[in-house]
Amino acid sequence: MLTIGLTHYLVVAAVLFTLGVAGIILNRKNIIVILMSVELILLAVNLNFVAFSQSLADLTGQVFALFVLTVAAAEAAIGLAILVTFYRNRGTIAVEDINSLKG
Amino acid sequence: MQAVFFYLFATIMIASAGVVIFARNPVHSVLFLILAFCNGAGLFLLAGAEFLAMILIVVYVGAVAVLFLFVVMMLDVDFAELKQGFAKYLPVGVGVGVVVLAELGFVALGWSSAPSAADAAANPIIPQMSNTAALGQILYTKYVIFFQASALVLLTAMIGAIVLTLHHKPNIKRQKIAEQNARTRENVIEIKKVPFRTGV
Repeated sequence: MLTIGLTHYLVVAAVLFTLGVAGIILNRKNIIVILMSVELILLAVNLNFVAFSQSLADLTGQVFALFVLTVAAAEAAIGLAILVTFYRNRGTIAVEDINSLKG
Repeated sequence: MQAVFFYLFATIMIASAGVVIFARNPVHSVLFLILAFCNGAGLFLLAGAEFLAMILIVVYVGAVAVLFLFVVMMLDVDFAELKQGFAKYLPVGVGVGVVVLAELGFVALGWSSAPSAADAAANPIIPQMSNTAALGQILYTKYVIFFQASALVLLTAMIGAIVLTLHHKPNIKRQKIAEQNARTRENVIEIKKVPFRTGV
């Protein structure tokens, strides 16, 4: 109990991942909270990478976590930019109103 | 001692992640997202990834979370209306959450690594070297292509975000420096003989 192993990290990351997935479903209408849930999911993934990196004494996991951080930052920037543009054009950000790409 | 801090960070992180998805006000969601990231950075520190912990603070708390806060405050949206379907989606959300958690739990608890896995490390951690130095040493040599590719991803994101949000309104007067510099005495000054008592 008092020595923290890989399993502890995996369980914490699993709970965090679950909260992120549940957040996407629960906040179906609010796209900002959906984006935040995606960030939570990516944090859980990074936690797994770092935990395995420590457990296997291999730096590759940390390098990969760095790239995940990069992609997450790019995704947040683009997502919020699209959101701001959409709000400027339509005056709403409700997810069910965003269907103009539907045929 | 390490266990105490692990449980502290893990508990606060999961609790604040819960607040992120359940909060009524998105500003609270963003603030608790920042708290979750700070505690995640603490967990990274405990796992020996000091550089990633600092990057998490700088990039996420310093840039991404503030960007979220900025957008939430800038958009004048009735967030209470967006919260309406919450009760309707609650059974589905909890159901999916339980299923995902059960599956991940089976994997996380009933899992074992091969005894030879530790010998197969591609980049073994050298205890004498600091985490940042070790990461830099492989990032700029072995993974330099991926490093530059991620720089390209960030460049694309930056240009995309600027192109998406920048728009010129037609009726705003702007300084046109090239036009000003191209002015010469000949084409802007005109000398006219004004006849007496008639005006121009």
